[in-house]
Amino acid sequence: MRKAVQIFAWILFLAISQGVTAVVETYDFATDEQQGQYLYLTETLRCPKCQNQNISDSNAPIAQDLRREVHRLVSEGQSNDQIVEFMVDRFGDFVMYKPRLDMTTALLWFGPLLLGVAGIAAVVQLARKSRQGGVATDSAEPTALTDVERSKLKKMLKD
Amino acid sequence: MKRLVYFLPLALALAGIGLFFLYMQQINQGKDIQALDSARVGKPIPEFSIASLKDKDRMLVQSDLKGKAGLLNVWATWCPSCRVEHPYLIKIATEFGVPVYGLNYKDERVAAITWLDKLGDPYTFNIYDEDGRLGFDLGVYGAPETFIFDKNGIIHMRHVGVVDERVWKEKIKPLIDKLNAG
Repeated sequence: MRKAVQIFAWILFLAISQGVTAVVETYDFATDEQQGQYLYLTETLRCPKCQNQNISDSNAPIAQDLRREVHRLVSEGQSNDQIVEFMVDRFGDFVMYKPRLDMTTALLWFGPLLLGVAGIAAVVQLARKSRQGGVATDSAEPTALTDVERSKLKKMLKD
Repeated sequence: MKRLVYFLPLALALAGIGLFFLYMQQINQGKDIQALDSARVGKPIPEFSIASLKDKDRMLVQSDLKGKAGLLNVWATWCPSCRVEHPYLIKIATEFGVPVYGLNYKDERVAAITWLDKLGDPYTFNIYDEDGRLGFDLGVYGAPETFIFDKNGIIHMRHVGVVDERVWKEKIKPLIDKLNAG
């Protein structure tokens, strides 16, 4: 039991320490807004080398360069759009985790919506069809009563 | 006729599987799925003023690359693939007569010069981009990368990865021929 706790503590320690060492350098900012801007940008810009990480998460040299440039541009007082544009100019649309809306990305943005609408339409259509079918069989039943059945029913109701 | 609608999901699934296999085939034929399209294609090589690798006092600028269509090869001594492509770069520069310029990227000067002395020097000159500033402006995200530009210094292509005989014959040479003809 004790050993298990010890092992668990070690795993926890390693997990935490790894998180801390992910980003090595620290930057100073004049204002809290600038720091917020830096944090936002480094989390939304994507590392071109390690393609499934944002630049705040990556230790690749190119991610360090991107962070350095983001810091420089933020300190110069540039807006988020300007800084993203600066990066896209060099590394292409790939650096944005959130793709821009244009002709090539329209399907990406509206595809899920389109599929959703198509799905709902299909369900509505099917439901309507089955209800119509159901009504049809219901209304067919009374006429199916024969004279014998009808007299039987009368008897039952009298009793 | 209406029944055909029920086969639509199956048809879509089969089409998806087909696309998957086409993609796999491209990967098997050597397509690098991590290679990114360059945002610099169609734009000029960025302005720079950086010292030469071999001659500290010589400042190289953008216009030094103009005059003839050529290659700008991003390399470093810490990059194993650069060693692989090095002999072929020598071939391009000496046998095929196409100018090859070097962008020595985030490297150490002494190590880089030693490398060239030992393995041969295909480069017309080397830009000593110690902190990777020009590399950054070019959108370089690793080494080796090779940019192909025309006589006016406009970038027409970027190749990420090793330049070998296949890449030269299929991608680079046809473009260089076109640029020299035009």
